[in-house]
Amino acid sequence: MDKYLQKSKPATGAASTKPNTVKASSTTGSKPDSGDASTSRGTGKTKASSSSETEKRPVPSHNFFASKSTNNQSVKKNLPWVDKYRPKTISEIAFQSDVVAVLRKSLKGEDFPHFLFYGPPGTGKTSAILAVCREIFGPDLMRERILELNASDERGISVVREKVKTFAQYSNTSIRPDGKACPPFKVIILDEADSMTGAAQAALRRIMEKESKSTRFCLICNYISRIIEPLASRCARFRFKPLPTNVIKERLEEIGGKENVQIESKALDALIRASDGDLRRAITLLQSISKLNSDAKVKQNDVLELTGYIPDDTISTFLDTCKSNDYDRVQEFAQHLVYSGHGAGQLFAQLQETVLCNQTITDAQKAAIIDRIAIADHRLMDGADEHIQMMDVGAAVMQALTAY
Amino acid sequence: MALWVDKYRPIDSKKLDYHREDAEKLRGLAQSDDFPHLLVFGPSGAGKQTRINCLLADMFGSGVQRMRIHYITFNTPSNKKMEITTVASSYHIEVNPSDAGIYDRLVVMEVLKSIAAFRTPDDTAKKPFKVVVLTEVDKLTKDAQQALRRTMEKYSGSCRLILCSNSVSKVIPAIRSRCLNIRVPAPTEEDITRIVMNVCREERVTMPADLAKKIAKQSERNLRRAILMAEATKVKQYPFPPGANPVVADWEIYLTKTAEVIIAKQDAEQLREVRNRLYELLIHCIPATMIMSGLLRELLKNCDNQLKCQVIAAAAEYEHRLQLGSKAIYHLEAFIAKFMSLYKRYVDNMMDF
Repeated sequence: MDKYLQKSKPATGAASTKPNTVKASSTTGSKPDSGDASTSRGTGKTKASSSSETEKRPVPSHNFFASKSTNNQSVKKNLPWVDKYRPKTISEIAFQSDVVAVLRKSLKGEDFPHFLFYGPPGTGKTSAILAVCREIFGPDLMRERILELNASDERGISVVREKVKTFAQYSNTSIRPDGKACPPFKVIILDEADSMTGAAQAALRRIMEKESKSTRFCLICNYISRIIEPLASRCARFRFKPLPTNVIKERLEEIGGKENVQIESKALDALIRASDGDLRRAITLLQSISKLNSDAKVKQNDVLELTGYIPDDTISTFLDTCKSNDYDRVQEFAQHLVYSGHGAGQLFAQLQETVLCNQTITDAQKAAIIDRIAIADHRLMDGADEHIQMMDVGAAVMQALTAY
Repeated sequence: MALWVDKYRPIDSKKLDYHREDAEKLRGLAQSDDFPHLLVFGPSGAGKQTRINCLLADMFGSGVQRMRIHYITFNTPSNKKMEITTVASSYHIEVNPSDAGIYDRLVVMEVLKSIAAFRTPDDTAKKPFKVVVLTEVDKLTKDAQQALRRTMEKYSGSCRLILCSNSVSKVIPAIRSRCLNIRVPAPTEEDITRIVMNVCREERVTMPADLAKKIAKQSERNLRRAILMAEATKVKQYPFPPGANPVVADWEIYLTKTAEVIIAKQDAEQLREVRNRLYELLIHCIPATMIMSGLLRELLKNCDNQLKCQVIAAAAEYEHRLQLGSKAIYHLEAFIAKFMSLYKRYVDNMMDF
């Protein structure tokens, strides 16, 4: 095990010197099944008549694939864009340069350690491991060499003992069916590993070492603190950083071009802001919005509405109401927010942001307000009533703003 | 004879009464080729379920209204047999996973998988996927929501989910980011007044405008409640006498009285009296959270600004404990005791001045 860890460390160091090489090839990367068809369509017709987006799509693909069985194709066509544009090779993975560099090394036949990927949602953790497996094993062999387990599968201690163990025990050849060489091991991907019980994780410890001849593990999680230490120390850890705005922007524009969607630049900014570094969320939003509007144009208002974002002036009204030191008005306003369906969690997040950036509020006031927001947010997580918590925060804000 | 609520529930998206623009957008979505997972959220009585039904009708035609009850059984890890009731048409299925209590994760895993894995064999079907409607998603345990995450992606080829939830805060971000979020705000009081009047006209009941307004106010912007209230008021006495008041549920009156009892006197004797009343409410299956927020609303009317802040802080704390604990009466009573002490101290201070 130590060997793997040491090997992976220098690799990361080397990678960070040339991060740009990774991004450069991403736009030119091949999209074998679905991308090609849509690009040719996308460039062909730029001006779309009002109802086009929906009716146009099936027509060309029927021409292309008329001879094939249509059922499979239609399913493909309906794939969410997130799956459609999931990176197929590791060079397509956006931004995560250290990880990509290590994975690239492993492609060239160097060691493949156990991996532990962690980071916020939508940063490409699952995509990265799937892409590297696809490159190593090829699409056909991939099916038998990979065991993907996630939180939707039963993953108690018994499953780890039986399923994982039996899967890990088979040994493998190092030749692919198409004659190319491939490493003689299998990969077990434990997605959402932070929702595994401690006992199940403990059961993995020895299995990971014992079967390392024939099997590599890849653990994926959002919070590394929920992975028990002995397990984490057996893996090469990689943090996936939230994607910077320009990377998300590039991706969205690329997809927008391929799907023939026009995005207002303001809407693009709003999308990026709402996505918070989560590329999946950004792409899902883009798709939803473009489907919701018949003219395939994405406008800023739609983005704000669909992200559940509370309009900025509502937040400032809330603050003003609190400043008035009239409790009844605060209560009324909280009630109004509940009626309009805005979530308390969203309110707190935005309120915190607004309060932090507000120059007229003193540090002491900010501290008092944010302390209460934190408590209320924790209570919300435990399932407390939204309205009462909103009123509580409102009262706290009011007290803080008027007392000091 | 159906209740008015069911009888006048719109079944066509063109007949929806309010939030017309959003309804138009949904219709566009139904007609388009691909269709994302949806998360529909909003306060109760805002018309979430109605909108979902209209959307399904737009997508699949009137076939979705031919629904049958469908029992699904599954085994828990401890080999207990569980059965949940679902409503299904040949295009969609409606499941309420929280029916299964702590086993909701199994419902999500087993039931959804079995539905999703089965692809509609019918090539003539309008859409190449089935729709699963999950109601009360906010009541799902965190475990079940985790389990939902990957299921949603994995079976996206053959199945779409529509999640229906009262509060968006209780849905984990990972699920929210996988869905198109659709917010359904509560109808305004004017909307409710108009709809109540419309329903009454259809029923050939003359509804005075001021009564309709009162009903709308009393309903707390919950349309279902407003229509039920209108019907109840009609059953009680018709034609309406001048200045008639809408019929309010018994327990609400009882709750108001309880608040009065608390305000009247604050000592141990009174607390015991209140406890009896709380038990009375609880054994009639009034949810503890509703008791808490109802009492809070009534009690706050009797406080001034500074006291209000203290009371609301106490309420927020005890309501939180109420969610964590398993026995509601402790926390309700603790809240009442706290309120009494706050109130008494406040009044005594006032006396001293």
